[in-house]
Amino acid sequence: MHPYIPHTTDDIRKMLETVGMKSLNDLYADVPQEFIYKGEYNLPDAMSEDEIRHFFEALAARNVKMTCFAGQGWYDHCTPSVIPYLTQRSEFLTAYTPYQPEISQGTLRYIFEYQSMICALTGLEVSNASMYDGPTAAAEAVRMAVASTRKKDTVLISSTLLPQVKEVVKTYASYAGIVIEEIAESDGQTSLEALTTSLASGRVAGVLVPNVNGYGIIENHIGFADATHSAGALFIEYCDPSSLAVLKSPAEWGADVAVGDGQSLGIPLCYGGPTVGFMACKKEHLRKLPGRIVGATTDRDGKRCFVLTLQAREQHIRRDKATSNICSNQSLMALWVTIYLSLLGPKGLAEVNERSSAAAHHLCKELLATGLFTPVSDKPFLKEFALDYKGDARALHKALADKGILAGVVIGDHRICFAVTEKRTREEIDYLINCVKEAAL
Amino acid sequence: MAKVVTGLKYAETHEWVKVEGEFAFIGISDYAQQELGDVVYVDLPADGEYITKGEDFGAVESTKAASDLIAPVSGTVEEVNTALDDTPELLNEDPYTNWMLKVKLLNPSELDTLMDAAAYEAFCGK
Repeated sequence: MHPYIPHTTDDIRKMLETVGMKSLNDLYADVPQEFIYKGEYNLPDAMSEDEIRHFFEALAARNVKMTCFAGQGWYDHCTPSVIPYLTQRSEFLTAYTPYQPEISQGTLRYIFEYQSMICALTGLEVSNASMYDGPTAAAEAVRMAVASTRKKDTVLISSTLLPQVKEVVKTYASYAGIVIEEIAESDGQTSLEALTTSLASGRVAGVLVPNVNGYGIIENHIGFADATHSAGALFIEYCDPSSLAVLKSPAEWGADVAVGDGQSLGIPLCYGGPTVGFMACKKEHLRKLPGRIVGATTDRDGKRCFVLTLQAREQHIRRDKATSNICSNQSLMALWVTIYLSLLGPKGLAEVNERSSAAAHHLCKELLATGLFTPVSDKPFLKEFALDYKGDARALHKALADKGILAGVVIGDHRICFAVTEKRTREEIDYLINCVKEAAL
Repeated sequence: MAKVVTGLKYAETHEWVKVEGEFAFIGISDYAQQELGDVVYVDLPADGEYITKGEDFGAVESTKAASDLIAPVSGTVEEVNTALDDTPELLNEDPYTNWMLKVKLLNPSELDTLMDAAAYEAFCGK
């Protein structure tokens, strides 16, 4: 007896009779017997509503709430409370894909607003309706570069990209027959010299570099786009979208494509998801851009409206010749960041970055003043920085975790990457510094 | 009934070739444009690029499909019909006058593998 399934045994019997079957198993008559599972299912007994609630509450109680000084692609920025309130409205939460524009103008309109904001942030002319996350968006950009430049199979990616970005790119590339080569770093950022050397092979279709790298350093990309374009390749910038409020835009760096993860735009950490990826490009690459695109048009009465457009690019029509198999987007999280950006505006977003940066620089200065750390680089950073600890970094991290502090991310035996956002209070920062001093004793 | 022009060579993938000395003009046949429907975009290679017989060198997009263009001959792209950028529907209006590419032939013997007008008409009739 399954209380959550509305059909009674009688309902089921009547339905089976109508289609001329004797049992539910008869519905699977087309499946060869060898594929039918004949064993017992190892499932526990069904639980009542209260038992289920108790079960999940016990699981949730095992989560440890910590003061977050960790980054590496996930940032504890403030989330205005009106955002979850609006996104949980059933019209947004349960709406399906807007294939039928006549009943989906609300959804199509907010996606169009989202696309417009991504274009404003990146300075590029076209944005798609969103991707799953930053790393997969980067992988799609790599595929796009190869699809755009005939007969070239290699894409260069910076060694200073976040490890999860590199890993996902490499996974996608391995199944697409794309060769990935890492560009060496020099003095804390991607090396232009190493890039130029690798471009000389003539087989490079694209170059992927981060605007802010895995050390939190703001990279200087002067000359990068020129070198890439001279070699006939596409230049792709992987960006923290929040940082684009205060840093040079991908368009200004000469990028053909910009990708990144929208988590830093007010999406809560949620122990790792959900998030949203963005992808934008120059108009000349529009036909190779994967994913959904919403366009503005007029209906037969001349009224402005929105519709999914340029679908001949997508895999349900273009099939194996499409740039990608993606034919979806992360609508709800795209809505989340759209509301966030509308609430903050350019000034508010700049302020988020200025406050985060000021707090990060303050923490860096104080940690160095303890005499227990040395800097990894003197290059400029925004809200995240790497330091080398004189002792065992993992032991320090554990000691602080026991005090309820997530003290950065350990990226080496001695190396820790700290991130500070506008959400961290003076008291929390002072407490971290005191705990560090105590741990060293 | 699709129009077939004599004097041109045709590929089974519905591209036509018009030879002029060491050069060849390439386009799509009337049969192709009819099957495609209203053309909305043509994706063509750039000057100087190589096209290889049997391999795709671009695509034609209509309101209902996106179809690859397969090179009927190998060569280097001399000129691209840029009128198709703004007015792709020219391919529907007159697919024989409105060529897509002018290439310098790399291997003229490849022309022998293509069909003449009569053979192509029979091929389409099947």
